[in-house]
Amino acid sequence: MSTTVSRWREPSILPGFGLALGITLTALSLIVLIPLAALFLKAASAGPADIWAVATSPRTLAALRLSFLGALFAAAVNAVFGLILAWVLVRYEFPGRRLIDAAVDLPFALPTAVAGIALAAIYAPNGWVGGLLAPYDIKVAYTPLGVMVALIFIGLPFVVRTVQPVLEELPADIEEAAALLGASRWRTVFQVLLPPVLPALMTGFVLAFARAVGEYGSVIFIAGNVPMVSEIAPLLIVIRLEQFDYAGAAVVATLMLLLSFALILLVNLVQARARRRFGNV
Amino acid sequence: MSDASLPLQAEDLEPARAARHVSGESRLVQWSLVAISLAFLCLFLFLPLITVFVEASARGWQAYREAILEPDALAAIRLTLLVAAIAVPINIVIGIAAAWAIAKFEFRGKSLLTSFIDLPFSVSPVISGLVFVLLFGAQGYFGLWLKAHDIQIVFALPGIVLATIFVTFPFVARELIPHMQSLGSAEEETALTLGASPWRTFLTVTLPNVKWSLFYGVLLCNARAMGEFGAVAVVSGKIRGLTNTMPLHVEILYNEYMGAAAFAVASLLAGLALVTLALKTLLEWHFADAIAASRRH
Repeated sequence: MSTTVSRWREPSILPGFGLALGITLTALSLIVLIPLAALFLKAASAGPADIWAVATSPRTLAALRLSFLGALFAAAVNAVFGLILAWVLVRYEFPGRRLIDAAVDLPFALPTAVAGIALAAIYAPNGWVGGLLAPYDIKVAYTPLGVMVALIFIGLPFVVRTVQPVLEELPADIEEAAALLGASRWRTVFQVLLPPVLPALMTGFVLAFARAVGEYGSVIFIAGNVPMVSEIAPLLIVIRLEQFDYAGAAVVATLMLLLSFALILLVNLVQARARRRFGNV
Repeated sequence: MSDASLPLQAEDLEPARAARHVSGESRLVQWSLVAISLAFLCLFLFLPLITVFVEASARGWQAYREAILEPDALAAIRLTLLVAAIAVPINIVIGIAAAWAIAKFEFRGKSLLTSFIDLPFSVSPVISGLVFVLLFGAQGYFGLWLKAHDIQIVFALPGIVLATIFVTFPFVARELIPHMQSLGSAEEETALTLGASPWRTFLTVTLPNVKWSLFYGVLLCNARAMGEFGAVAVVSGKIRGLTNTMPLHVEILYNEYMGAAAFAVASLLAGLALVTLALKTLLEWHFADAIAASRRH
């Protein structure tokens, strides 16, 4: 019986392939794939006219715009500061460096609701930071700016953690060569050191974006949740669900998923080109 | 620490680090970059963390104790522990099975399977909860059938567990797959050739080899399982004392303007996060090689 080797997998003397793959596929189907399929099915069952009405309603568009633009903005901020942070952690020695290195992962470990109420407390007009900004008439909490603050928090570790290993493995000889050939430090950094880091930076950007676009827990406390102004798309899904508008919730959710998959795919394509250009980093 | 100057002299640094600095930036630039980083981290990371503990202790020890020992809070703590105690072991089994299939065998569709396993990372937590309401809710696809058989999934423990498994699905497999791949299969093949049974090979060869990356994955999986908010908020119905997890209890207290109590419960979760970070950092320092192999992917 076992003399016939199935064509779709390479032969191996290790046992347990059937069992392991069986468990994986069963769990994956039951917990992830079938439920997601139910989401698309529910959205499709609404019918073209209703789908169009939900998708183009001003409130949906405003929520999607805030979630996507907010996530892009937060990921961009994280790309800049994450790159600086990774640079500082890899290249400089300063007191508390190891502690700070460990602390960067805090947003992975801290439950989002905890982060949400803490950020709301700090950036509220009577909070530690909000109070400093209040005299200049800058409001952070309960405005779209508050949404950005939460999304920056939640995406903070991604860029640092993707860029850090690449910076660590950058060979010292290329920058020495650049310096010996007379390039200024500025030029060495921007034309020799940073280009190979670019693909990792983009990976970090995409991960931070993907996390931020669907983020809920840390945002709703600081956002104020005013429809059309500071209401994020995941909150709109929750609101539709609470009104027992299952199809409406499913349509907004499907739109969100399709949009973010399309964006992630696009960036991955751009990144694949960058990878070809700068080699496999 | 009292010495304020940045110790950038080459002799202070470990050799590898020092070698990099032959062509370093000026001290002013270094100072500014460190200052920018610290300011950024303070605004977005350290201040929120400190705030949790400051606000939690604002009303004193007695109020803190009462907020945590109040029956609804205790029920929330118990439910959070129960959900993690069910969801994490299930994810360990699935993660080990997925890693075994993906890391030890070559088959068609492997990269597709890997991306499906990572899928929950790019799905909004709210949607992770929504899908189960669409399936098992009162108006869901199985709603009527479940009602007829008197089974409750949504707004009850099974729904919370399902949503938690969904959001934490990739954690264990993600840590195990690259580590198992980097180890190869030679040791297992030797054990099998010498006559060890498949289970014995797995338990005495494979598992000890990957135990630290398994622990690492379990640690992250557990932190997320206990702290999950969005997915659980959608499926739980937030019935006090019954389907309220700790993060949901924090939200309810906060929305009822019981800030100090909300932060008291939140401080327990923040403590969990700090313990998780400490263990994670220890693992990274002591088992750097094993984990570096998996980090590279």
